[in-house]
Amino acid sequence: MATATLAGLRLPGLARLGASPAQVALGLAVAAFLVAFLVVPVLRVAWVAFQGPAGFTLVHFGDFFASTLFREALYNSLYVAAMTVVLATIIAVPLAYFIARFDFPGAGIIHTLGVIPLVMPPFVGAIAMQLVYGRNGTVNLLLNDAFGFRIPFMEGLNGVIFVEGIHYFPFILLNLSAALSNIDSAMEESAQNLGARGWTLFRTVVFPLALPGYVAGASLVFVKVFDDLATPLLLNVTAMLAPQAYLRITSVGLADPVGYVISVIMVAVSLAAMGGAALLLRGRDYATQQRGGGGLQRRRMRSGEAAFAWIFIAITLLIVLSPHIGILLLSLGTVWSFSPLPDGFTLAHYGTVLTESTRYMVNTVLYCGGAGLLDVLIGIAIAYLVQRTRLPGRRLLDQAATASLAVPGLVLGIGILRTYFEVSVPGIEGSLATSGLMLTIAYAVRRLPYALRACDAALRQLHVSLEEAAEMLGAGKLFTLARIVVPLMLGGIAAGFVTAFATAAVELSATLLLVTRDVNAPLSYAIYVYMQSPAGRGPGAALGVIAVVVVAVGTWLSHRLAERDRSRRSREVVAA
Amino acid sequence: MTENAIGVAVEDVTFAYGTTVILDRVSLAVPRGEFFAFLGPSGSGKTTLLRLIAGFGQPQRGRIRVGARDVTEAPPWDRNVGMVFQNYALWPHMTVAENVAFGLHRRRVPRPEVVRRVEAALALVGLEGYGGRRPAQLSGGQQQRVALARTVVIEPEVLLLDEPLSNLDAQLRVEMRAELRALQRKTGLTTIFVTHDQEEANAISDRMAVLDGGRIQQVGRPVELYDNPANRFVAGFLGTANLIEGEIVREGAASLFRGPGGIVLPAPGTARTGRTLLALRPQALAIAEEGRPAQFSGEVQRTEFLGGHVRYAITVAGMVFHVDEAHLRGREALPPGTTVRLAADPDQLTFLEP
Repeated sequence: MATATLAGLRLPGLARLGASPAQVALGLAVAAFLVAFLVVPVLRVAWVAFQGPAGFTLVHFGDFFASTLFREALYNSLYVAAMTVVLATIIAVPLAYFIARFDFPGAGIIHTLGVIPLVMPPFVGAIAMQLVYGRNGTVNLLLNDAFGFRIPFMEGLNGVIFVEGIHYFPFILLNLSAALSNIDSAMEESAQNLGARGWTLFRTVVFPLALPGYVAGASLVFVKVFDDLATPLLLNVTAMLAPQAYLRITSVGLADPVGYVISVIMVAVSLAAMGGAALLLRGRDYATQQRGGGGLQRRRMRSGEAAFAWIFIAITLLIVLSPHIGILLLSLGTVWSFSPLPDGFTLAHYGTVLTESTRYMVNTVLYCGGAGLLDVLIGIAIAYLVQRTRLPGRRLLDQAATASLAVPGLVLGIGILRTYFEVSVPGIEGSLATSGLMLTIAYAVRRLPYALRACDAALRQLHVSLEEAAEMLGAGKLFTLARIVVPLMLGGIAAGFVTAFATAAVELSATLLLVTRDVNAPLSYAIYVYMQSPAGRGPGAALGVIAVVVVAVGTWLSHRLAERDRSRRSREVVAA
Repeated sequence: MTENAIGVAVEDVTFAYGTTVILDRVSLAVPRGEFFAFLGPSGSGKTTLLRLIAGFGQPQRGRIRVGARDVTEAPPWDRNVGMVFQNYALWPHMTVAENVAFGLHRRRVPRPEVVRRVEAALALVGLEGYGGRRPAQLSGGQQQRVALARTVVIEPEVLLLDEPLSNLDAQLRVEMRAELRALQRKTGLTTIFVTHDQEEANAISDRMAVLDGGRIQQVGRPVELYDNPANRFVAGFLGTANLIEGEIVREGAASLFRGPGGIVLPAPGTARTGRTLLALRPQALAIAEEGRPAQFSGEVQRTEFLGGHVRYAITVAGMVFHVDEAHLRGREALPPGTTVRLAADPDQLTFLEP
């Protein structure tokens, strides 16, 4: 109280804000960044979409819906996103159930299965998938030889659904598993005690308690797939929304309104899907209402169940690994066409990319490293402002940063292009919009939600009494921050950095729009360009393998850091 | 006990996880309509025993009967044994009324009757009009009542309560235990109550079993167990006891207890001679006033003012005795260092197996 009065005498305005001048400055800096590189570009996109010669207009939307091609593209995008959710569900639900209900030795494999797809972006695997499952790919050639028929895995929209489904099912698996393991075992026991068992028990208690986890995962899959640009482009499926927007902007030009209309529709659908899920889940965050946790009662599998489980896992593992195996074969193969396997093997592609493509790798390290750094700095700032100060509008910063989840990379790319195309900065050649600096910023904006959640969680686990103890012993705010807060948050911060770095390394939607010159191109762009031509597939695959290794190591590292942090914390608890 | 009068019978039950024996040849019988408590420290096996009665787990040996029926092999859903879980386990996705109706639907009770019985059950626990709420909207005490209503509504043969008061604050705990007792009287349900709090067990139960290390130490009415503990564990677990090792000898017609440091106390003529363990409650010892008879003397080490009485820790021949003196207004406790003479009430001595 005394300090508040004291501050009130000196700075009445700030005292009313309930924040120190440094906190206000920090808040303003973060807000300026978010406004400049997220809010303005997105609003700019919406503005153009509704802007005619005489002000506000719906003409562009009218044109969009009048065109058969665009209506079909919208329908196709919705169809692909929905069918991907179905495919991902078919894969993920049995796997989640195996590990939740049974004492099952395959649990380790399932956990691994949940990570393998995530380390390889779908566009990297798309070409390899075509070589394995395409009309003249490995599987269909063998099928045709043996049984005389083919399965159109990769024909048109099927290909997009297949590639995205085996990439994104872990989102459902992870969310559903978390929900199941949060169920208090007494929830099931009390139902059994009152006479429920088997199917009734599942229908009345287990299913409703697990549903929120499933819906969270499924809506995420829907949005990710709906927004994805690179996978349909690489599979040569252009009759979808994202490819249409990209093609209009890059071929017709930045002034063509259709790209903006599509952007608005994409954001609207993303928001509707996420909002719908949130609405469905409102008041159903059961995890926090249950006291015990520990998951369902486990039992041993009967032999029939075990056989089914092992066969299911074996098939899933084979399919999930096929893009990885395919890309590896492609990177090591001489020629691979109309044959189940490449004709011969060579290391030449790796030689090619190591001599030709070092620039791309350096660019990726620079951009993604910069983006990761920016993200953790902003993430720490927002987490600190939200949890430790009373700065007005602090939650708005958090919400704005998180809202970037609902903005597809394509839309952010178009917005940044439109906003900063005319701007040039001394020391940067060409437009600011297409510079490496802007790419770094765009990556940072795209990955900020992940880094923010990591920093926020790290700070949340840090009880404020640890800081108060340091202050009570005479340490100032800054010293406390440096010696107590940051060291204890380090695991979370590092995990946030690595996640941002690794996922930005394979980001392609915004990259495709913002890279205009080869010298600025990162790894992901190079993979995309190589993959376009049959001759470039070998080197493209070699780059892809390198990218996968980078992401895999990054994911492992981030996991290790978080794990180390957790174990240190739990040791402290034991010691206390 | 005739078949008809049995509420729950546990016969020679042994239960182990792997090589860790949790319950070791436990037997007891709870007559129909009794309010029975399992009392013991954590790890004593009391909750495991309760869960076995509910069907969560299979004993390696022994039988469990509910009423006349042997339920040892029956699954939980086929026992008609109602259990209230320590953390209540209310389903957060259902309303209060849906939670309470759950067991009735499982028993295919017709809908109008379900509605009527749910209302009656909620009224029984004082929650009329709360049917439409969600568990998360209720206080801890209210959640406790819903859990109780959900269980009694199915009219189980036995009501099992697993530390039902442990999640409530002290004030509410005392209120709820009186309500539980009243509810049990009203319904006449055979009830088993698990607790580690001896005061709770004393206050609420007709009879209780004290468990330790997976074995039943003693069964009886609370006052019987307090006054006549069967062994060192029961004497120490139920309240405070001064335990003195010594022996009983006959001198002429009289029996005497001889302890260390020259302590000599009269013993009843029925006491067996030989080594023994004397249990003395703090209120069985008194600081003798000037000129009154006393058996031995010691020195005040500390005092604790506990409101109704003052507890003295007094060293006698190297041992520390706890002695309670009633507190009266204005009376000051004796300061540490004071030498006092102690008198034991000969009617309050309990001799245990050493």
